[in-house]
Amino acid sequence: MKAHLTRRYMISASHRLHSDEMSNEENRTIYGKCNNPYGHGHNYMIEVTVSGPVNEQTGMVCNIVTLDDFVLQNVIERYDHQNLNLLADFKKDVPTTENLCIAIYEIVKRGFREAHLEKVRIEETMMNSFEYAGGAERS
Amino acid sequence: MVYLTRKAEFSASHYYHNPSFSQTENERIFGKCNNPNGHGHNYTLEVTVKGGVDPKSGFVVDLKQLKEIMNSEVLEVLDHRFLNKEVPEFASKIPTTENIAIVIWERLAPKLKAAQLHCVRVYETPDLFVDFYGEK
Repeated sequence: MKAHLTRRYMISASHRLHSDEMSNEENRTIYGKCNNPYGHGHNYMIEVTVSGPVNEQTGMVCNIVTLDDFVLQNVIERYDHQNLNLLADFKKDVPTTENLCIAIYEIVKRGFREAHLEKVRIEETMMNSFEYAGGAERS
Repeated sequence: MVYLTRKAEFSASHYYHNPSFSQTENERIFGKCNNPNGHGHNYTLEVTVKGGVDPKSGFVVDLKQLKEIMNSEVLEVLDHRFLNKEVPEFASKIPTTENIAIVIWERLAPKLKAAQLHCVRVYETPDLFVDFYGEK
């Protein structure tokens, strides 16, 4: 029997949406308030969904403690209470929540071996959410 | 095709233990959940059914019937119970969130007539949930 297991985590971080490939005016037009040079922050709610057969011996898709340890060490410690723009991950890419979603998906996909990663979903605010399930990532 | 989701809540206790593991293994794998006296959760259940919209009623499913089936097949069986000791399926199956979702699916699927069961989602806490789509 295959099941999907989802765990929710929270990080708080700041960012500024600004692309060096556009003029200041274009940046202001496209990103609006998010282009404020001093940045701003969010409480990001991150949902990680993994799937796999339910192990008959343990009744689990994967041990939640293993998933928590992995996400804590590789995702939360990396991004929580950081200015995303200053991290190596976002030297090239604008730290939109789309790109954060892809970055987190790739970290989990690469490093977490206990179950199959289905998707990463992030609520930037109660009104906005983003999800990435792999596939063609950038146009 | 339209999807309809009905929520319900139940509170129950459980513990995780596999008699074929040694006590040390049980403690290592299941941690605090291995306490034989059990512990409890407020579970939230979301049952999603799918189907065409009946042209006469405008319904995918009669919600009153769905609610009655959920009450008799799931809530009366699981709510305010010690799952390991009082629910027959968990005499031989560890009552993890995964297995609870599977058991709920197996209880509901044969009872649903008009609409087809799409997903059973069980929240153990607001931060942890399992989706079961009936996949083997």
